Amino acid sequence: MPFSSEQESRHLAHRHRKAKIFALFCAAITWSCVLLLGVLLYQVSIDGFKWLDWQFISSFPSRFPERAGIKSALVGTIWLISLVAVFSIPVGVSTALYLEEFAGRGKLAKIIEVNIANLAGVPSIVYGILGLAIFVRYFALERSLVSGALTMSLLILPVIIIASREAIKTVPLSIRNAAYSLGATKWQTTWSHVLPASFPGIMTGVILALSRAIGETAPLIMIGALTFVAFLPEGPMDSFTAMPIQIYNWVSRPQQDFHELAAAGIIVLLAVLLIMNATAIFIRNKTERRLK
Amino acid sequence: MSQVSDPSLVVQKLQMHKKSALELRNVNIFYTDNKAVNDVSFNIRRNKITAIIGPSGCGKSTLLRSLNRMNDFVEGARVEGELIFGEENLYSNDVDAVEVRRRIGMVFQKPNPFPKSIYNNIAWGPLINGYQDSTDELVERSLKQAALWDEVKDRLHESALNLSGGQQQRLCIARALAMEPEVLLMDEPCSALDPISTSRIEDLLFELKSRYTIVIVTHNMQQAARISDYTAFMEMGDLIEFNVTKKIFTRPAMKRTEEYVTGRFG
Amino acid sequence: MTEELQNDPANSRWESGPTVGRSIKKSGVRWGEFAIKSWLASCSFISIVTTVAIVFLLVRETLKFFESVSPGDFFFGTTWTPLFQPSAFGVLPLVWGTMIVTIGAAIIAIPTGLASAIYLSEYAPDKVRRTIKPVLELLAGIPTVVYGYFALTFVTPALRNIFPDIQVFNALSASIVVGIMVLPMIATMSDNALRAVPISLRQGAYALGATSYEVTTRVVVPAGLSGVMASFLLAISRAIGETMAVSLAAGQTPNMSLSMFESIQTMTSYIVQVSLGDTPSGGVAYQTLFAVATLLFAITLVINIISQLILNRFREVYD
Repeated sequence: MPFSSEQESRHLAHRHRKAKIFALFCAAITWSCVLLLGVLLYQVSIDGFKWLDWQFISSFPSRFPERAGIKSALVGTIWLISLVAVFSIPVGVSTALYLEEFAGRGKLAKIIEVNIANLAGVPSIVYGILGLAIFVRYFALERSLVSGALTMSLLILPVIIIASREAIKTVPLSIRNAAYSLGATKWQTTWSHVLPASFPGIMTGVILALSRAIGETAPLIMIGALTFVAFLPEGPMDSFTAMPIQIYNWVSRPQQDFHELAAAGIIVLLAVLLIMNATAIFIRNKTERRLK
Repeated sequence: MSQVSDPSLVVQKLQMHKKSALELRNVNIFYTDNKAVNDVSFNIRRNKITAIIGPSGCGKSTLLRSLNRMNDFVEGARVEGELIFGEENLYSNDVDAVEVRRRIGMVFQKPNPFPKSIYNNIAWGPLINGYQDSTDELVERSLKQAALWDEVKDRLHESALNLSGGQQQRLCIARALAMEPEVLLMDEPCSALDPISTSRIEDLLFELKSRYTIVIVTHNMQQAARISDYTAFMEMGDLIEFNVTKKIFTRPAMKRTEEYVTGRFG
Repeated sequence: MTEELQNDPANSRWESGPTVGRSIKKSGVRWGEFAIKSWLASCSFISIVTTVAIVFLLVRETLKFFESVSPGDFFFGTTWTPLFQPSAFGVLPLVWGTMIVTIGAAIIAIPTGLASAIYLSEYAPDKVRRTIKPVLELLAGIPTVVYGYFALTFVTPALRNIFPDIQVFNALSASIVVGIMVLPMIATMSDNALRAVPISLRQGAYALGATSYEVTTRVVVPAGLSGVMASFLLAISRAIGETMAVSLAAGQTPNMSLSMFESIQTMTSYIVQVSLGDTPSGGVAYQTLFAVATLLFAITLVINIISQLILNRFREVYD
């Protein structure tokens, strides 16, 4: 009787115990990751909160920690992200529309597709070198907001394109068929039906891409965004600093006070990112309800 | 291009028109390497309802989609032979597929209203095609033709997705009618609907045929027998028999047709 | 009510006149449509141009670099002192530093990432999964400079409590934060891969009397292995290209030390070091930037392509 012996049942109990331990192990690992996020955020908060006041938001950087603030970096980031949005959204969404609606399944489309997938994996610092050589030097845009924004746009274009394509793919074929059967051209169909229906998804992708651009540091260091800026940029051709650069600068100083300033800066940066993500979710929910 | 200045000329031309709205001559349709429709020829009569029946996978929907070039969007689909509309072949190189679809409307198997208001569902097609009259009137007229007006007249600006399935399908018919098409293609328009909605749409087709040429694909033989004037029976991509509906259902010429319509297979 | 004939030409309501009897032939090019299509196509060419520009730029400057430094010295030299005399251009110390940090990060992130993915796809109730996944995505969205801050102010002090002889800048601290950084990527991508494994496969195994552990390790993970492997590779490529956290935590000392407790320099942190300094453009020191970047680009590209190939095969199986 192979299935009823004492040994067998003990073996079974052992297997069950093993399964249980494994499940617990996996759960413990996952929850510790979540816990870790909590610890990190807590650590930043206790370090940074005492510096976080209006004086910090409204002051320029300074050699003296008690007078230093993040004003120029915050304004620089807002400038930078606005320009990145202007450059990258039209181009990214257009590319996604072209690949999904117009390009068909030819060889060229395949090449562009593979190319974009590869660009998404290029280290951000390589984009920085590209920006330095092309925008800063070759087009002589200097270390300006435009140089930074163009570099950053190239960096996040693949993200926008990939997210937008996913969103466009979710638009049912039946909607397109309905439009075509009414004698609509491809663009009329795309503009009036495909784009509005995929808008929530595209917006979500765009905002996530822009959040990435907000946090990127390496490309900006490469193109030479300044680390000590005591003025506000007034136009796209002005030089600038940005929040991650300012944070990097403070972190890399040895004094404890500057580390705490960095923590305060990180709180502001994370707050901006959180607001953007919340906006993405808000837009998605609102548009979804309108469509329903 | 062919702007006609004197309307009476056009009327003359209309009267000269053949009795057929569409003529299929040796039509073959391929999907990449597979042949889906094999050497089909028949004429679709003006202001009549023509039904295409046959077991699933026989190529009837494929054939229907080729009649207004919706097959253009199916990858690897290729049409050979001639499909004569007026004087011209739908598939000759210099034909504008957009213009073809503008003139030959289509209603799909599943209701597919745009996720917009009822009003905009109907007004959109005419607007992009240069409709110049009042769209309010157009919307009302189309909805009345589709027997939907009384049900929706108080909520024209609500989303079309709030309508029931049967109402949505009638909205899709109204949307197609608003384009004033010469031919209306219907791909199993009742297959996703309940019996009551189905009979309403059948009544509607009866009324519409005085003004439109209708081609309907259906797997429901009773429906074909009830509403159509002509019936084409297809099997495995071949046209087995095409005749007046009465003949097909009472005295079919082919044995296989008889087996199918009497329910012995399919 | 008099129903007028729909197609009565005398009553045409269409801009282009009555439609019946009109030719269906093309009446000319739709210029608007053509212009828009051209715009869309040219947008999609920007990505091609970007790639070409990256490759062209890197190759051109690297070739210039090889005019003054022999490729043999570059690839096999073990001393990297390009910025001061006597200058030496052996890139191995930078590659070594990058490898140490990456391997350390992989040792941390791969087991934990996979365990999290298994928990999420096999064990977690749907509600838990829907809470944790956004948290992981949030973790993935934290800027890398923030991880650099954690390394310096949190991880390194903690390590110094445990190992008193560890240097202020050290490879271990960098490995740990980079590992934490790429962990969410592995967890979410592997979770997707495991969830793509058909339920029927699991049911089949359970029906044979397997426990959940056996189903997971012998059926589900092997079935989703290519997706899981792809996530590992992408995470490794990400770790290799990671810049800010590493340059803050690991220091700027190119060496080939075996110890994780010492300061090292990675390829990326060298690039940052040069661009923060006042290196004039055009000199050999400036060209090292491109030589190192080319190497970095090539390594990550190869890994990315391999992971895409694996992923494509995975999609063929389950889509």
